[in-house]
Amino acid sequence: MPLTAEEIKTMQQKAKDIRKSIVDITFTAGGGHIGGSLSQTDILVALYYRYMNIDPKNPRKEDRDRMILSKGHGGLGWAAVLGEKGYFDKALLKNFNKTGSPFGMHLDSLKVPGCDASTGSLGHGLAIAVGMAIGAKKLKQSWRTYCVMGDGECCEGSVWEAAIIGAFHKLDNLTAFVDRNRLMIDGPTEDITQLDSMDDKFKAFGWEVLHVDGHDFTALGGAIEKAMAIKDKPTVIICDTVKGKCVDFMENEYKWHYGGLDSDMRDKAYTCIDTYYDKVGG
Amino acid sequence: MAEGMTWSVLDGDKLTQAEIYGQVLTQLGATNPRLVAMTADLAKSTKIGAFGDKYPDRFINMGIAENSLFGVAAGLAMAGWKPVVSTFAVFAALRSAEQVRTDICYQNLDVKIIATHAGISFGQAGSTHHCTEDIAVMRSFANMTVIVPADGIETGNAVVAAMDHPGPVYIRIGRGFEPPVNTTKDYGFQIGKAVTMKDGKDVTLITCGVCVGQAMRAAKVLETQGLSVRVINMHTIKPIDRDIIIKAVVETRRIITVEEHNTMGGLGSAVGEVIVESGKACAFRKLGVPDAFAIVGYPEDLYNHYKFDADGIIEAVGALMKKEIEEDENWDDET
Ligand SMILES: Cc1ncc(C[n+]2csc(CCOP(=O)(O)OP(=O)(O)O)c2C)c(N)n1
Repeated sequence: MPLTAEEIKTMQQKAKDIRKSIVDITFTAGGGHIGGSLSQTDILVALYYRYMNIDPKNPRKEDRDRMILSKGHGGLGWAAVLGEKGYFDKALLKNFNKTGSPFGMHLDSLKVPGCDASTGSLGHGLAIAVGMAIGAKKLKQSWRTYCVMGDGECCEGSVWEAAIIGAFHKLDNLTAFVDRNRLMIDGPTEDITQLDSMDDKFKAFGWEVLHVDGHDFTALGGAIEKAMAIKDKPTVIICDTVKGKCVDFMENEYKWHYGGLDSDMRDKAYTCIDTYYDKVGG
Repeated sequence: MAEGMTWSVLDGDKLTQAEIYGQVLTQLGATNPRLVAMTADLAKSTKIGAFGDKYPDRFINMGIAENSLFGVAAGLAMAGWKPVVSTFAVFAALRSAEQVRTDICYQNLDVKIIATHAGISFGQAGSTHHCTEDIAVMRSFANMTVIVPADGIETGNAVVAAMDHPGPVYIRIGRGFEPPVNTTKDYGFQIGKAVTMKDGKDVTLITCGVCVGQAMRAAKVLETQGLSVRVINMHTIKPIDRDIIIKAVVETRRIITVEEHNTMGGLGSAVGEVIVESGKACAFRKLGVPDAFAIVGYPEDLYNHYKFDADGIIEAVGALMKKEIEEDENWDDET
């Protein structure tokens, strides 16, 4: 069922709170992967606030849908989502990156409730997700596996090894996302290597490919629902996104892959986020 | 060091190991026309990008593809180039271990690897980015030379020496700034020859990398307590300087190794192998990260947590001095 106007409004509000929380954590942590955390936010919000079967009070419930954040450096943004969903006390995020904290830059599945796999080394997540999806099928269980990758991450050969075997096993219980913000650390993806045309690449590997605006909840919701209905093959949703989304001085700036904020910059970032949501509603 | 292979860096005592590495490599580019620099989307983080800015035609950024990074380096070496490759230690030594071993070491290719963010120097990033296994892995590859420079100055020396040293070389450096232990680059750096930073007769600290500075600080404090502490900078883990270890066994009879690495398989194990083979027992302890995935935190906190900072070394020396060791002047009966 397509998202209602009411649902979209709630999602915008949540996305706004989470983006502010991302700014806040980056400030208190003394730095973080803020660019990619802001670009992935709407994908995670759509999944966590509408589509995933989860229970934050029972994070390991057996039939939960699984989330693998394969772009593990988005852990800061993911932690903001998990905190907002109530997996743990949000106040704990004040300790993000701090000595002895359960929260390092890349989330640890043994320490963070809601984190199903420890990631951070790029190119590992899709294989883990394929394993989970094969496992669910063999157990005849109906939960789904979601995997969010970076576009730069798709340089890794292991992504494509997993893609091949995922198609072979006809994993229609697996939906992958590519956060296609067109930037990695050293610059624009197409200045360094050749990831275009990503749609054709995944199609050639036997996947259903959907391509949407990764900041448009209607489009994201439509694609996620379509993926659930597709039979006998895995789906990848390639999401056109903006690295640093909502913070004007970070948007499309590869130098904001990782950075720190002083209190001035933090306040400016808050203002940018407010202005953005005043316009789109939320 | 070969003629013309020299380097100089302004304010070297204020730069990180990686910053000095980037500058030195760029200088070497002028006299080594076949030098080609490579990375996998970590040009800025590892500082190899400095070379790329100056020599864009001799710089290859692979995107985020470490396995192919080392495979392509092997191919370039076979085509007559001298590849210098940089990425984080965890990716060089673990993810691409087989490419390094089989494509590069097995064929004894002239590829130099300068790996950054080693040990727990990127402590806040968590276990996926820690690397406390690389010395163990790299020293087990035949043909590989393994160097762990103590500071930025030694990093410069090591990079220059590696260029002149045939075959694969792995140089391991950290992430942030650590106070230098050397005041000059002219102390005769030589691959395979350890440096005695400070002489002493009661106990020997054998160490490498950032731990050399910690050991020196500990030795100064222990000196005020009346202990004579020898500090050896074992910058080359392979080939290891056997003579200096055996001399320390004979002369001090108490040895502690200190490294930013798992206490299994690294410097401590390499030193222990030499001691055991010498046939002479001595009181021996290994400091480092115990066999565990390290906790999250700032590097200096973690060095303290795992007790291999100056305080931890002082404590360990105190304990080791209490250990009884056999009085024995006659060495000939036991070798
Ligand atoms: C295997 C591996 N290589 C390198 C890195 C270092 N690294 C962290 S993030 C990043 C760039 C990621 O770019 P992308 O996947 O496009 O993510 P996004 O732009 O969404 O942040 C790199 C190279 C890593 N974490 N893992």
